[in-house]
Amino acid sequence: MESARPFILGCSRMLTYTLRKLIQVPFLLFGVVVVLFLLVHLAPGDPVAALLGDAPASPEFIEEFRRHLGLDRPLHEQFLLYVWNVLHGDLGTSYYYSQSVLTLILERFPPTLLLMTSALVAATLIGIVLGVVAAARPNSAVDAGANLFAIVGYSLPVFWLGELALLVFALNLDWFPVQGVNSLRESYTGPADVLDRAHHLVLPAFVLATRYIAIDFRLTRSGILEVLSQEYILTARAKGLASRVVLFRHALRNALLPVVTVTGLNVGFALSGAVLTEVVFGWPGLGRLTLDAIAHRDSPVLMGIFLFVTTAVVLVNFITDLVYAMVDPRIRLK
Amino acid sequence: MKGSVPPLWRRFLSEPPTIAGAALVGVLLVLAVPAHLITPYEPLRALYPQFLPPLSGDHWFGTTATGRDLFAAVAHGARVSLAVGIVVALLSTIIGIVVGSIAGYAGGWTDDALMRVTELFIIIPRFFLALVVVSIFGNTLGNIVLVLALLSWPPVARVVRAEYLSLKEREFVQAARLVGSPSWRIVAREILPNAMGPAIIVGSLQVAQAILTEASLSFLGLGDPSLPSWGSILVDAQRFLKSAPWIALFPGFAITIAVVGFNLLGDGLARAINPRSGSRLRT
Repeated sequence: MESARPFILGCSRMLTYTLRKLIQVPFLLFGVVVVLFLLVHLAPGDPVAALLGDAPASPEFIEEFRRHLGLDRPLHEQFLLYVWNVLHGDLGTSYYYSQSVLTLILERFPPTLLLMTSALVAATLIGIVLGVVAAARPNSAVDAGANLFAIVGYSLPVFWLGELALLVFALNLDWFPVQGVNSLRESYTGPADVLDRAHHLVLPAFVLATRYIAIDFRLTRSGILEVLSQEYILTARAKGLASRVVLFRHALRNALLPVVTVTGLNVGFALSGAVLTEVVFGWPGLGRLTLDAIAHRDSPVLMGIFLFVTTAVVLVNFITDLVYAMVDPRIRLK
Repeated sequence: MKGSVPPLWRRFLSEPPTIAGAALVGVLLVLAVPAHLITPYEPLRALYPQFLPPLSGDHWFGTTATGRDLFAAVAHGARVSLAVGIVVALLSTIIGIVVGSIAGYAGGWTDDALMRVTELFIIIPRFFLALVVVSIFGNTLGNIVLVLALLSWPPVARVVRAEYLSLKEREFVQAARLVGSPSWRIVAREILPNAMGPAIIVGSLQVAQAILTEASLSFLGLGDPSLPSWGSILVDAQRFLKSAPWIALFPGFAITIAVVGFNLLGDGLARAINPRSGSRLRT
């Protein structure tokens, strides 16, 4: 019976922690909605003008739009209406596509999600392997090379890296296609189609992954070096365990947590990288939608994308916090 | 042990990575500051033959698809990028110091409220909010700098607040309070000077970030159209990547040099001010 106690205590603490974090989610999202509402109303001139930009619009459309935003009502009612609309998934209408903003975003999200997850998974794997290799031989030539790569890889602008990759691997070596998600000239089906799409994915995914390979490499390397200097590793070594066993079973396991956490906390930044990568590679996801929205001053779409991305970021951060607390009990005891 | 700790600037300039960073930033400063003196060409004038390769006569970097002198565009672009990076870092550091000081010194609900706002601004994806704001308020240099500064202060506010919380309880601050010094004097004389180090470390890291974000905005067509910009040259460059790769190479190198340089300088500054902190990558 004695041993059951800490377990139950641990569960109840985890529950308290989860609830405390969960309560923050709607507050954060509410804050974001307030920021967006204020922005539209702070914009120079009339919110309708701000939302429509330079777009040609008929007087009837403007009148309809004004009523939709409730601009004839007092400010607090306008705000409530806005919150009401957002809560019902009404992020406004794109005047360029004449379609619901949410529908547009949900249509374009799958390719972006595919690109992002491929890039982040690849980055985690490559970054960890590089980190282990470098940490096994600190201050060697391999270590120095990997460190230099990390500094440059972290700083390279993703859209330029994309252009370089196109120039070398697509235009000159002709190893990979230049644009798009699949070949438009051939109509592949089944496994051939999957292979064709994978072939299109490689270049943009690696370009997007580069920054995260650098981050994951540095985290893994410094995590392992730190763990390796601690006493239980000395104990493991003293027991006579092979250094490879020590490295993988003891050091790596403890060094992995920051990699997972940082990937989770970086998801907003990774999404902006995905948008830029998509623009370079003609990838038909949120990036293409963002570029078109900018070109046509389609503000409802840009605001919708912002709200969508922020919601995703808040939720991923929430999950990351939970995973972190589950793995590391010190967090939830604070 | 007199002289056991070398002066700050010597610690700062004693490490190879920091020296490399200073050299990279130095190259860009040499291009940016006298840009109008070192090249006779105007960056935005499309007056010259198109697609000249590098080293064609006086066109050191060649010319672009629209017949602009690429060297002039890159050099004048350096001016804009460095100005954006440095001004954004300065402004966001000042905002961060003000917010962090108020939260840390006042404590209580003021602290709570300000920290909730700070958390909100930390979690908001900066790039996407910048897109919305610049597209609604107009893509002028002033708006771009302002929005980047308004989105970059939270990390500074956090460290400043943390410094205040720990400094408030220290003996020398308690002593000042006991002798009856007014709050403003305690803050100005005792606390703020000690909180400046961490604020400058975190603030300096915003330079590279701001340069990268401005280039990204320009790449999506939201740069200031009246100024030369590295990011916007890369938009046109992509269409002629195979036939005229130099149009993409030079401005891209310039962005990379700027970001690597300022990242190395920021890390060096952190190690010099606070020798305990190792090198790290920001997230």
